[in-house]
Amino acid sequence: MSILFAFLVGGVLCLIGQLIMDLTPYNISTGHILVGYVTTGAIVSAFGLYQPLIDFGGTGATIPLTGFGHGLTQGVLEAIGTEGFLGIFSGGIAANAGGIAAAVVFGYVMAVVFNPQG
Amino acid sequence: MSQLKKIGERTLKFSIPPVILDARSIVGPKEGEGPLGDTFDRVIDDMYFGEDSWEKAERKLIEEVIKMMLEKNNLAPKDVDFLFSGDLLNQTITSNFAASTLGIPYLGLYGACSTMLEGLVLASMVIDGGFAAKVTAATSSHYCTAERQFRFPTEQGVQKPMTSQRTVTGAAAFLLGNEGKGPHITHATVGKVIDGGIKDAANLGAAMAPAAVDTIVTHLQDTGRSVKDYDLIVTGDLGYVGHSISLDLASEKGFNISGVFNDCGILIYNPDQDTHSGGSGCACSGVVVAGHLLDTLRKGKYKRILVVGTGALLSSTSIQQGETIPGIGHGLVIEAADPQ
Amino acid sequence: MTDSNNSHEAQGKKLKSQVKQSQQQYDQQEYQTIVKKHAPKKPLLKNCASAFFVGGIITAIAQVFFNLFSNAGLLERDANTVVVILMIFSGAFLTGIGVYDRIVKFGGAGAIVPITGFANSIVAPAMEFKREGFIFGVASKMFSIAGPVLVYGFITSIIVGLVAFTFM
Repeated sequence: MSILFAFLVGGVLCLIGQLIMDLTPYNISTGHILVGYVTTGAIVSAFGLYQPLIDFGGTGATIPLTGFGHGLTQGVLEAIGTEGFLGIFSGGIAANAGGIAAAVVFGYVMAVVFNPQG
Repeated sequence: MSQLKKIGERTLKFSIPPVILDARSIVGPKEGEGPLGDTFDRVIDDMYFGEDSWEKAERKLIEEVIKMMLEKNNLAPKDVDFLFSGDLLNQTITSNFAASTLGIPYLGLYGACSTMLEGLVLASMVIDGGFAAKVTAATSSHYCTAERQFRFPTEQGVQKPMTSQRTVTGAAAFLLGNEGKGPHITHATVGKVIDGGIKDAANLGAAMAPAAVDTIVTHLQDTGRSVKDYDLIVTGDLGYVGHSISLDLASEKGFNISGVFNDCGILIYNPDQDTHSGGSGCACSGVVVAGHLLDTLRKGKYKRILVVGTGALLSSTSIQQGETIPGIGHGLVIEAADPQ
Repeated sequence: MTDSNNSHEAQGKKLKSQVKQSQQQYDQQEYQTIVKKHAPKKPLLKNCASAFFVGGIITAIAQVFFNLFSNAGLLERDANTVVVILMIFSGAFLTGIGVYDRIVKFGGAGAIVPITGFANSIVAPAMEFKREGFIFGVASKMFSIAGPVLVYGFITSIIVGLVAFTFM
């Protein structure tokens, strides 16, 4: 059942992205979408509105980039509780260190190993 | 003072029409699968062309096509007086390298996708002016080098808009002479840069259409000819979108060209090859004229055609800074060899 | 006398150039409407359906792994991290073997929005610019899209943190 909910939530989040790309008169590129999703996720999460989506849709909400923004905000907010002011700067990255490090390492390794095929 | 060979506003009438002695083309795999596949001299099956970068592959394309043409005509590079060449890469680096390998006196050009026609116009002027007996005009483009320079890395996931076009992978070379047999160039109309205010780099057909139509209309006015005098009026790489816009613009100006109007970017691919609006790039007009169109002229199916090489004058910087994309179109009249 | 004449002339010239400029602007606007008329229609319904489907499938696969790891006894937070790492790996690998760009071509935002798309945006430019060397090619180009994502992600979360810290 959780898989179906993940499918639905993930699908809808992507559908919104497609609508933004297709219905706006501007040329929305991959970069715009990714930056927009991270920022939106971080802001929505600040109001406590993203957690319910995760409770319902699981990875359907964490895997889209809004989930990364949510992770950053929650990391910061939690760290403020434990570390105080310093937590504002360390919390976000600390909470997502695994993903960020994986992106750098796998990104680098794949780019070195493979060549573009055109 | 001798009489000017310019007629009307900006059309050149050659007194000794330069002869197209030979023209050769090499294309990539996708172009080889297209409807004109067997009109090209060579189809490569590997986008790298045996090299380790796409830039080197493009350089090899243009070097090979010129070498092939010279060999078929038993000429050495020193037999050619001048080489007019250009491409899409920054500072026309591909042509510069090719010219350094070949050692032919070289004039480098940048006219974006109109480079092939710009080269042919200038080569014709040099020959008619009596400065040379044999001149080569060449150009190249490569899908991957162009994508990388102007758009996105090739492996990056992007959904291209329906107005986008695919840069033709290939190279074309023409050998013009002041005497000999073959189709010859009688007129040329030099294009004006026209800015239609288009800012969308994924809709270059629309950016170039006003310039193409302007050149066609001016050409007809300068020469006093009508559309009926041509068996074909063909643009370089407007694609489906630019083509239909041009038809509209021309009829707005009172010229109904729909019966004879076509576009190399439409001709080169099948509609089901998923190239959206069609082909583009320097090589697009080059390989279609060198292969299909000259064949048709030689066979006598066409007597006289007007080729308008279209170019979208953008740079990756101007696009990122949100500037408009001006367009240009150079016209060239090619007539079939006289029957005698 | 001559002064006023000159200024008149200058004004006239200025006016003329203004008229010319607005004429050009008008022409360009006119042209935009022609261009719009000829713009091919986007297959919106098909695009949306495939974005929903592809995005759904990617996140559903992630959920399968998440369930697997949770059942194996991982805490929710750790299971999440492992799934994220796994998805990044898959996105990067599929880009390397030249498959991911085709998934995006079909699925559009469905394959851009998930974190696999983020991985694609790292590997694609890095791989493409390998010829420029391992520092200024691979390593620097890796962040051509990922960089902005991190910058705006960090900044937004830090602003949220500052606000929260000040008012709570």
